[in-house]
This record gives sequence, C-alpha cells and structure tokens, in this order.
Amino acid sequence: MSNIVKVGMADLNTVIAPGILVTLGLGSCVGIALYDTERRIAGLAHIMLPSSKSINNKQNPAKFADTAVETLLNMMIERGADQKVIVAKIAGGAQMFSFKNNNSNLLNIGKRNVIATKEILNKFGIPLLAEDTGGNFGRTIEFHSDTGILVVKTINYGIKKI
Amino acid sequence: MNFNIDKLDNFQLDVLKEIANIGAGNAATALSIMLNKPINMDVPKINIIYFNEVENILGGADKKVTGIYLEFYSDIAGTVMFVLDELSTENLLSFFFTGNGKEKNFNELDEMKFSALKEIGNILTGSFLTALSKITGLDIKYTIPSVTVDMAGAILSVPLIEFGQQGDRALFVETKFTEGMEQVNGYLFLIPNMDSYNIILRSLGVV
Repeated sequence: MSNIVKVGMADLNTVIAPGILVTLGLGSCVGIALYDTERRIAGLAHIMLPSSKSINNKQNPAKFADTAVETLLNMMIERGADQKVIVAKIAGGAQMFSFKNNNSNLLNIGKRNVIATKEILNKFGIPLLAEDTGGNFGRTIEFHSDTGILVVKTINYGIKKI
Repeated sequence: MNFNIDKLDNFQLDVLKEIANIGAGNAATALSIMLNKPINMDVPKINIIYFNEVENILGGADKKVTGIYLEFYSDIAGTVMFVLDELSTENLLSFFFTGNGKEKNFNELDEMKFSALKEIGNILTGSFLTALSKITGLDIKYTIPSVTVDMAGAILSVPLIEFGQQGDRALFVETKFTEGMEQVNGYLFLIPNMDSYNIILRSLGVV
C-alpha cells in the first residue's frame, strides 16, 4: 500500500506520487483536489464554508473555500508545483436534510460552498476538470497522486471515479 | 459577557450541564411513556471538540449513523440534531417495535422505520426543547424533524458548519438511555444562534 494521508474536516494537505489523500464523510462540505499534472504533486482541502469574508475568527484557512485554495496552492508551489499546470476536481456540497418550507441559509450551504469553490478556482485560473457535487448523500473521497484520479465512495450510490 | 465556546467559564458550563440534564431527563421520561417501559438515563456529558476530532466520536467519519434534525424558532432560534450510531438505532427501533431486541436490520430501513425514527426524534428533541422553554420562560416552537441515514461526517457537518461560523470548536451533549440490556447512545447537538445563547443565559439571570 502506498502512503495514505488523511485530511480532516477544515483541514488540508499535500502529497507527492504515489501518495493518496483521503477525506471521510463529506456532507455539505466540499473536497477540493488540486493536481500538478507534470510533477504529480497533489493537494486536498476539506472546506466547510464558502468565504472567510464577514467572519471574525479566520485563524484556520482550511475552513473556507477562498483561503483554502490559496493556502493549498502555496503549499504545492513550495513543494515544487507549477501553477500553470495545476488542475482541479471537486466533490461534496450535498444537502443532507430537507424541510417542506426550506428557506434556511444553513441548508443551502452545500450549494453555496460549490459555487464559491468554482469562483475561487476561476480567479486563480485553475481549470475544473471534473466534479461530483450536490445530491442529499455523504461522500468519502480518495485522491490518487500517481494518476490524478479522484475516487468518490457513497453508502447508497456506489463508487465513482472522476 | 457574551457567549463564546472558546471562552466558556465554569459557571456557564454548569448552567449548560443543568439545562442538558433537565432536557435529557424530560426526553427519557417522554420515551418511557411512549414505549410504556422504564428507560434509565445517565447524567449527560457536555463535550467541546475541535472539528478535526469529529472522527473520534461515533467511530469514524465514514461510519453509518442516523441523524434526526429540526429547526426551532420564536423567542430563540437555532437547530437541534440528535445523532445515533448503528447499534443504538437498532436498539431504539427494537424498543419501539418488538421490545425484545430481535428487530435488527438497520440496513433495510423501510418507510415504517423511518417514520418511527422521525416520531422518536420528534419526542426526544421536542421534550428537550419543552424543558428548555420551561426553565427559561421563553417561547420555543419547532419544525417536524428530517431524518437521514448516512456517513457520520456528512451528517455532523450540518451542525458543525453552523459552529464554524463562530469558531473552530463545537459543543454537544452526550446522552445515554438504557432499557433492560439494550443501550442507546445519543449525541444531542443543541445549536442556538449566537444571539439566542445570550437570550437563554439572560433569561436564566446568568448574564
């Protein structure tokens, strides 16, 4: 077995091939996988909220889409990655619970996390190659740095490779 | 003095413990009346954890659990989530249906069992909120719960995201109900919005 690095909630990390990055049980959170296709350097962030703006306590950059992408990108560049060949794949952003009169901000957080993630990737000029987002179910993801494949596992909807 | 999970003093913690104790006591009584059998309850524990420690509860972020979730509003507003592990869900359902613990097929939760979980969730969380309303004198209304069975991390992310807007830690009450040899370990997340925390503490004369 190759090296497996776990990424917790509001956490991020990087590996070099053949390492594997894993994050368990994504719900409304979004897993952002970045990959240097030439040097096979991979990064994964497990974000909880769309934006660090208007939040007072922002000590942990891995918690927000905007600051997580920037921090992860810098960590990868420090390990020798070149931003020009970095691509992205994302998964998560589900809505785990629903109500009849559903206008709660909290319940739409998954969708907002996905939108914010796409915006920030766009801002850094990182192409989004694939995504498995939305729905009402949890996802466990494995990001394989030797191939750039993101494996998405669910309880009721099988396994998907993107 | 405003409420802040990262700066809770012992006195505020004691107040929360007392609320949890009365709330969970009411929930156990309600469960006992519904099932028509004695339900014992341990003194609830208040836990405060960092988000990346979530894996340590419920046996892992990818473990299958049951989440019962509802919103409350009126004088105070927020959400309540009651989370049960696989075995506890089976035990709770067996209290409900047969009472002999033989009803153990969590993997095949049908419509009927979902309804039962929704009803149990309604009674447990409802009696908890009723207790909170009685102690504080505040009016609290709540929605019908929504029930989901999925990965622990995915279900817990719902209350944790709410805490995430304030800090890096979450506060929850750990309760344990027992009927005969069967045990139900439940985790109750009571998440008033920050204004509501202050209203609760003020109504108790704490701030």
